[in-house]
Amino acid sequence: MEAFASLADGLAVAIQPMNMLFALIGVLLGTAVGVLPGIGPALTVALLLPITFKLDPGGSIIMFAGIYYGGMYGGSTTAILINTPGESASMATALEGNRMAKAGRGGPALATAAIGSFVAGTIATLGLTFLAPYLVDIAVSFGPEDYFALMCVAFVTVSATFGDSPVRGLTSLFIGLLLGLVGIDILSGQSRLSFGIPELYDNIEVTTLAVGLFAVGEALYVASRRHVHEEKLEAVRGSLWMTKEDWKRSWKPWLRGTAFGFPIGALPAGGAEIPTFLSYSTEKRLTKHPEEFGHGAIEGVAGPEAANNAAAAGTLVPLLTLGLPTSATAAMMLAGFQQYGLNPGPLLFADQPKLVWGLIASLFIANAMLLVLNLPLVGLWVRLLKIPQPWLYAGILVFATMGTIAANPSPVELVMLTVFGVLGFLMRRFDFPIAPVVVGLILGPIAESQLRRALSISLGDPMVLLQSPISATLLGIAVIALVLPFFLKGLGRFKAVED
Amino acid sequence: MAPSPQRRIDVAGLVIALLLLALAGLVWWDMTKLQILSPYDLGPKVMPIVVSIGLTLLAIGNAVGALRGDLPARDSLDWKPIALILGGLACLIILIAIGGGFMIGTALLFATTSAAFGRRAFPTDLLIGAVIAVFIYVLFAKLLTLSLPAGPLERLF
Repeated sequence: MEAFASLADGLAVAIQPMNMLFALIGVLLGTAVGVLPGIGPALTVALLLPITFKLDPGGSIIMFAGIYYGGMYGGSTTAILINTPGESASMATALEGNRMAKAGRGGPALATAAIGSFVAGTIATLGLTFLAPYLVDIAVSFGPEDYFALMCVAFVTVSATFGDSPVRGLTSLFIGLLLGLVGIDILSGQSRLSFGIPELYDNIEVTTLAVGLFAVGEALYVASRRHVHEEKLEAVRGSLWMTKEDWKRSWKPWLRGTAFGFPIGALPAGGAEIPTFLSYSTEKRLTKHPEEFGHGAIEGVAGPEAANNAAAAGTLVPLLTLGLPTSATAAMMLAGFQQYGLNPGPLLFADQPKLVWGLIASLFIANAMLLVLNLPLVGLWVRLLKIPQPWLYAGILVFATMGTIAANPSPVELVMLTVFGVLGFLMRRFDFPIAPVVVGLILGPIAESQLRRALSISLGDPMVLLQSPISATLLGIAVIALVLPFFLKGLGRFKAVED
Repeated sequence: MAPSPQRRIDVAGLVIALLLLALAGLVWWDMTKLQILSPYDLGPKVMPIVVSIGLTLLAIGNAVGALRGDLPARDSLDWKPIALILGGLACLIILIAIGGGFMIGTALLFATTSAAFGRRAFPTDLLIGAVIAVFIYVLFAKLLTLSLPAGPLERLF
């Protein structure tokens, strides 16, 4: 098997002591930052990007892998103990997990989340290992028009198809696309939307945008409504370990959650929300204890957590093989690659097999480390949750501003950070999704260059987009995905009238 | 949400729609200044045109939503913490811009944010912020060899 041989090579890279150390640091940092309330995995990666700035690419990308999985893990701890899901994919976990914690079963809830994440992460990473080479083979034959069409699918699904409101989702996406225009156009050398400000000529930094939207925006939002909404930390009481009964009720939801999460994450459709909610509703239907749902059913934590982690590993499939980020976190990972001038995609597998397979192998290692380290360390993470809210957000803002200014030493960069923070605050207040902005900024310029490349090959004939069967099919899917939610919403409205 | 017989027009929603329209206009105006250099390349104008048209359509979509009152319900807003946090950020930016280094600004930002979240111990928080600033300076500048803007305080180290 080709995949096995590649993975073995990767393992040889990953178990080098230095790389193991990077993975360990990544896992610990990722968990520590991810566990802080209001910090989801995307912000975790964004905040920690500047730290890896000066490390060598191999090591720091392995560190990202740890941060990525650690951030996911930390997020679920917060969801269970304070009921503030850092991202919508943790909402299902918060639903049942927080009830379990309130009922004094926080330990088993954390344990089933951790073990479920491990099981799902391992299976999904195996899936990535075997799927990636096939996708790379297919992706090699993709022309620029096919790439462009694929990105259109990602744009639509990320922003319109799965959100509450397609109009608000698309608005977010177009704000991201607009920000992607800023700077010097590589192909023609002309500057766009820069207004003579030197900092704007070399494009808007993805990290500045993400940290502004997520960290500053969140701080402003939480501060502005502190008087109406307060968070409460549940103490972990009782045993940390799962009983035999807990195991019996958990293992099937783990596997089912993985089965939902990985395929949906691996499609360039994006989002871990759909699989987590699918998993939640499935477990609710299949359970032998329906009366417990809504009052802390362990299946309702085990399934969605597994789905969430499997989807997170799944999003690495389009990210690594096609260079296509389908979630805010994946977009941050892509930014991490780009800071070293690496472009994920089929070429990366050919040019840097050691790096890619070392990363994939590190995912297994990071996952195992999380399980071994974090269950015993849960007390430590809980203590992090007890940091008083004023200091917590003050610390987040200080770290966010320092990371931004260390990466780009200019006050203008901080002004941008503040502006994006206000934007993030307004978007939260008016319920615009944030991930599409980040995806739009990072994917917009890539889509543009693919489109222009396709059109210059076809001597300006736009029909090239429809003449390639792959591109035509993908564009068809994008149109359907764009129209469908409006249609479904119409149906929903009819239903509401009937009621 | 209880459906009310007469849905109110959402003024904030209309402002959002107007802002989107203004952005669309800005992108379009910026696009008109670009030149197409190669006859085969569609040039740098295509994407701005797409974005501008898209934003215009979305402005209309948002306006329709606002007129229908479709926007999600919102809590009341407390402006004081927002002003405190933004004020802290502004101090930091100005201090760095005039060469005052990042440490004083960071300490100020820490204290104002902390106050925004309801703490009433400004001098203590200022001190904590300063300690964190030193810690970050050591971590970033010495350990990771990243450069942070230096002022009179940073030069002491």
